[in-house]
Amino acid sequence: MSDSIIVFDKVNKWFGDDFHVLRDIDLEVARGERIVICGPSGSGKSTLIRCINRLEEHQAGHLFVDGVELTDDVKAIEKIRREVGMVFQQFNLFPHLTVLENLTLAPMWVGRIPKKEAEERAMQQLERVKIAEQAQKFPLQLSGGQQQRVAIARALCLTPKIMLFDEPTSALDPEMIKEVLDVITGLAEQGMTMLCVTHEMGFAKAVADRVIFMDVGQIVEQNKPAEFFNNPQSERTRDFLSKILGH
Amino acid sequence: MSTPLRHPPAKREWSWRSQAFRGLVYQIVALCLIALVAWFLAHNTLENMRTRGIQSGFGFLAEPAGFDIGETMFRYESIDPYWRAFAIGVANTLRVAIIGVILTTILGTLIGIGRFSRNALVRGLCYAYVETFRNIPVLLQLLMWYILFTEVLPPIADAIGLAPGVFVSKSGMSFPLPVWETGHATAFAGLVAGAFAAWWYSRWARAQFEQTGRIRSMVLAPIGIALASAAAGWLLGGAPAALEMPVKGEVIIEGGGMLTPEFIAVLLGLVAYTAAFVAEVVRSGIQAVPYGQNEAARAIGLARGHEMRLIVLPQALRVIIPPMTNQFLNLTKNSSLAVAIGYPDVVSISNTAINQTGRAVECIAIIMAVYLTTSLLTSLFMNWFNARAAIKER
Amino acid sequence: MNAAAVFEPIPPRPAPFRTRGAVAWVRTNLFGNVPSAVTTVVLVAFFLYQAPDLLNWLAFKAVVETNYEACQAARGTGACWGVIAEKYRFIIFGRYPFGGQWRPLVATLLMVGLLLASCTRPLWSRWLILLWAAVLAAFFTLMHGGIFGLGIVRTELWGGLPLTIMLAALSIVFAFPLAVVVALGRRSQLPAIRTFCVLYVELIRGVPLISVLFMASFMFPLFMPAGFTVDVLLRVLVGITLFAAAYMAEIVRGGLQAIPKGQHEAAASLGLSYWRTQTKIVLPQALAMVVPGIMNNFIAIFKDTSLVTIVSLYELTGSMSLALNSDANWRPFKLEGYLFISAVYFAFCFAMSRYSLWIEKQLGRSRSRNR
Repeated sequence: MSDSIIVFDKVNKWFGDDFHVLRDIDLEVARGERIVICGPSGSGKSTLIRCINRLEEHQAGHLFVDGVELTDDVKAIEKIRREVGMVFQQFNLFPHLTVLENLTLAPMWVGRIPKKEAEERAMQQLERVKIAEQAQKFPLQLSGGQQQRVAIARALCLTPKIMLFDEPTSALDPEMIKEVLDVITGLAEQGMTMLCVTHEMGFAKAVADRVIFMDVGQIVEQNKPAEFFNNPQSERTRDFLSKILGH
Repeated sequence: MSTPLRHPPAKREWSWRSQAFRGLVYQIVALCLIALVAWFLAHNTLENMRTRGIQSGFGFLAEPAGFDIGETMFRYESIDPYWRAFAIGVANTLRVAIIGVILTTILGTLIGIGRFSRNALVRGLCYAYVETFRNIPVLLQLLMWYILFTEVLPPIADAIGLAPGVFVSKSGMSFPLPVWETGHATAFAGLVAGAFAAWWYSRWARAQFEQTGRIRSMVLAPIGIALASAAAGWLLGGAPAALEMPVKGEVIIEGGGMLTPEFIAVLLGLVAYTAAFVAEVVRSGIQAVPYGQNEAARAIGLARGHEMRLIVLPQALRVIIPPMTNQFLNLTKNSSLAVAIGYPDVVSISNTAINQTGRAVECIAIIMAVYLTTSLLTSLFMNWFNARAAIKER
Repeated sequence: MNAAAVFEPIPPRPAPFRTRGAVAWVRTNLFGNVPSAVTTVVLVAFFLYQAPDLLNWLAFKAVVETNYEACQAARGTGACWGVIAEKYRFIIFGRYPFGGQWRPLVATLLMVGLLLASCTRPLWSRWLILLWAAVLAAFFTLMHGGIFGLGIVRTELWGGLPLTIMLAALSIVFAFPLAVVVALGRRSQLPAIRTFCVLYVELIRGVPLISVLFMASFMFPLFMPAGFTVDVLLRVLVGITLFAAAYMAEIVRGGLQAIPKGQHEAAASLGLSYWRTQTKIVLPQALAMVVPGIMNNFIAIFKDTSLVTIVSLYELTGSMSLALNSDANWRPFKLEGYLFISAVYFAFCFAMSRYSLWIEKQLGRSRSRNR
C-alpha cells in the first residue's frame, strides 16, 4: 500500500433493501491531502465521509483508515475514532456543558489524560480557532459561527490525523461563513489531512488538492481544482458547475 | 446646541382615555364584584348553618372521635380526639404516597426504557401496558384490584404460601418481621457510616481521575462500600437473624407483619396506573435528546456507557423531571380515591367526620389544606430544580 | 486517477442481503442478539403456558346464557358473561325507567354524533354553535321529558353511559370559555386580576377532584339562599366544570405563550384594541395549537367522571356496582362486570387518543415547510 491514509476499495452501501447509496467507490487519500467533495443532495457525499468514522456501515467492499480495516470490530472502530475528527453541519455541541468542558470531555474520558493537561490543550485549541475568551460560556450562549469554531476545536483536541467536515457552513448565516472557513483554511495550511463536503467553491479553489464530484452514489469526476473548474470532463460535472457557479 | 436635561412631566390624567386609569377602574370593578360574590356566599352559608343548627369552628377537633380506624401507623383508639384521627389519615396517605412514588419510578422507568428495546416483543408489551393502563379510569382499576383480593384470593384457611412465612389471602399479605435487636441498630449505623464513606470515596476517585486520568469505578464501588459497611455493622452486632414468622391458623394468622388488602389494592392500583404515565414521560424525555448528540459523542470516541451517562442522560433528565414530579403529585392526589375501597386515608376519615359532625366546611378545608401543602412543596422543588438545571441560553 | 476517462454511470443493484421482509424482520427484531433471543424464547414459552387457561376463561369455557347456576358451576374455569347479558341495560342506562330507555339511547347517539361532528374540520363555523345549542336542547328534552307527552324523569335517576358522556361533554363545553378568560387574566398586566386567576388555578390544581366534588355536593347547598334547592346533577356539573377549567386554562396559557411577541406588535401597530387583538389574532392561533392538549384534557375528564359515583350519581362505574350489589344471585360476578365497563372506557379513550394524535400530525403538517 502506498502512502494512502484512507483507502476505499469497491465500497458499496445500501439504505434498506433498495436504495443503493454508494456504488463501487474506489478512492485513495494520501497523507496531508486536502479533498473537497461536492455534488447535488442525495448523491451520497455525507454518507461517504460518515463511513470513514463508522457512523455509517458499508455492506460490501473494503475500507482502510491508517492501515486498519473498518469492520464490526469494536476495538478497531474505537482506535479509528481517536484518529479521525468530525465536524457536523448542526455543530452538535453538548448544551449542558461549558465550552471548556465540551473540549476536555473526550481527552479525559477516552484519552485518559489528567484534567489540567486536558484543559491546557483545550485552551490551546480554543486560541487556535480564536475563541479562547468564551471558554466558560455555554454553547447556546454563542452565535452559530462561534459554535462551529468550538466544534472544530473539540475535534482537534484529540490530535486527529484526519479531519472530516460535513457541510460545516451550511447552517450558518452568511456573515459567519467566512470566520469558519478561515479556521479551516488555517488547518489546511498546517498540513492536516482533510475531507470536506461543502458547496463553498471559492474555498475549494483556494485550499483543495483535489476536488471530487459525486452524483447518484458514484464518483463522477475528480481532479486538481484548476483542471476541475476550468476543464470539466463530464457532461454531468459541467451541468452541476453551471448551476452552482452561475449566480 | 444642547438643551438642558429635563424630567418628563408627571402624568396625572384622570380621563377615560388614559390606559393606566382604565386599568385601575377595571381592577376596582373586578375586586368589587369578587367581594360582592364572596359576601353573598358567606352570608348565605352562615344563614343556612344557623337555621340548620350546624355549629362552625374547628373546636370539634378536640372532641373524641368515636370511630375506629382499620389501619393505624401509630396508636389510636376511638376515644382519641378528631385531630388524632386526621393525623392517622395523613400518615396513611403519606405511607401510600411515598411507597407508591418509589415503586412507580422503578416500574415506569423500566417500561419507558423498554419501549426502545431491540426486541419487538418487549417493545410491544410495553406499548400494550401503557395504552391499557392509561385508558381505564383509575377508580375502576382500584376497584378491580380490590375485588381481585377479596374475591379471587382464598380465605385464610387456604392461604397461598409464596415463600416460607409469606402468606397471601383474602385478608391481605403476611410476611416475616425481623425481631429488632441491637444487631439491627448497628447494621443501620453501619449503613449510615457506609454512605458517608461511599460519598467520600466518590470525591477522592473523581479527584484522582482529574489529576492522573485513571478512571476508577464511580458507580459500583460506592454502592459496594455502603453495603459492605452495613454488613460489617450487622456482623459486629452479633449477626441477629431471628425472624418473627407468621403462623397460619384457621381463622387468623398470628405474628409477623401484615399488609391489609385495602392497602395492597390501593398501592398496586396507583402504581400500575401512574407507572403508565411515567413510562410515557421517560420515553419522550429520551426521544427529546437529538440524535446528533449520540453521533457527536461517538465521533469523539466515547464508549456506549459513557455516551449514555455523560451526554444523553443529563439532557434527558432535565426534560423528564418536571413532568415526572407532576405524576408523583397525581399519585398523591389519586390516593384520595381510597375512600371508595375503605382504606383510611385522610379523605376517608374526613368523610366519616363530616357524616358524624356535619362540619362539612371545616373538614373539606382540612383535606384541601393537606393536599395544597403537598402541591406547594412540590412546586417549590420543581422551580428550584428547573432554575438550577436549565440549559443556559442567550 | 485518469481524469480524462469518460464517465460511465453504474446502474443500481439490489443489496446483498435483505433487510426488509418477514424473515429479516424476525431476525433483527426478535433474535437480534443473544439477550434478545433469550427474552423472545422465555416470553413465548410463558405465553404458551398461560394462554390456554386464559383463553378458556375468557372465551371457550365462558358462560354466555343468563343462567346464574351455570355461572356458579363454571366459577374459576370460565367467565360469566351471562351477567352482562342479563344486566346490560341497567349497567348502561342506570336507574332510568325501563320502558323509556330509548330516550337516553337516542339522546346519547345525538350527543356522540355532535362530538364527532365538532371534530371534523370542515364543520368549524358559526353553524356549529347553533348545532350544539339544538342538540343540547334535544338532549335535555329527551332525558328530562315533560313536553311532547314524554313523562318526567328526575335527574337522580339519570345514570350509566349517557350520564358519563353528558357530564364529560358539558363540563368541557362550559369550561372552555372560562378557561380562555382565566388564561387571558393570568397573562394580564393588571395585578388584581392576575392574582385572582393564579389563585384559582393553583388552588384547584393542587387538590384532588374528589375534594372539589365533596365541596360541590356538601357546600354548594350552603352557598345558596335559604329555600333554594340545587339539583344534585347541577352541583356535580359545576364542580367538574370548575376543575376542568383550571387545567384547561394552563393548556390555553401555554398556547398563548407560544405566540411570538411580533404578532402583538403587528396588531398594535395596526391600531387594534386589546380585545380585538385577542379575538382576531392571538386566540385563533393559540387555540389551533392547543387542540391536542384540550383533547387530552377531555379524555382525562371523561375518565374522571367515574368519580361522581362517590357522591351518589350513578354513572357507568356506579351503575355497575348498583346493578350487581342489589342482586344476590349475580353479585359474585363483579369481576366480569368490571371487565365489561373497562372495555367500554378503553374503547372510547383509546379512540379519542388516536384521534388526538392524528390532529397533532395534521397541525404539524400544516406548519412545517414541506407539505
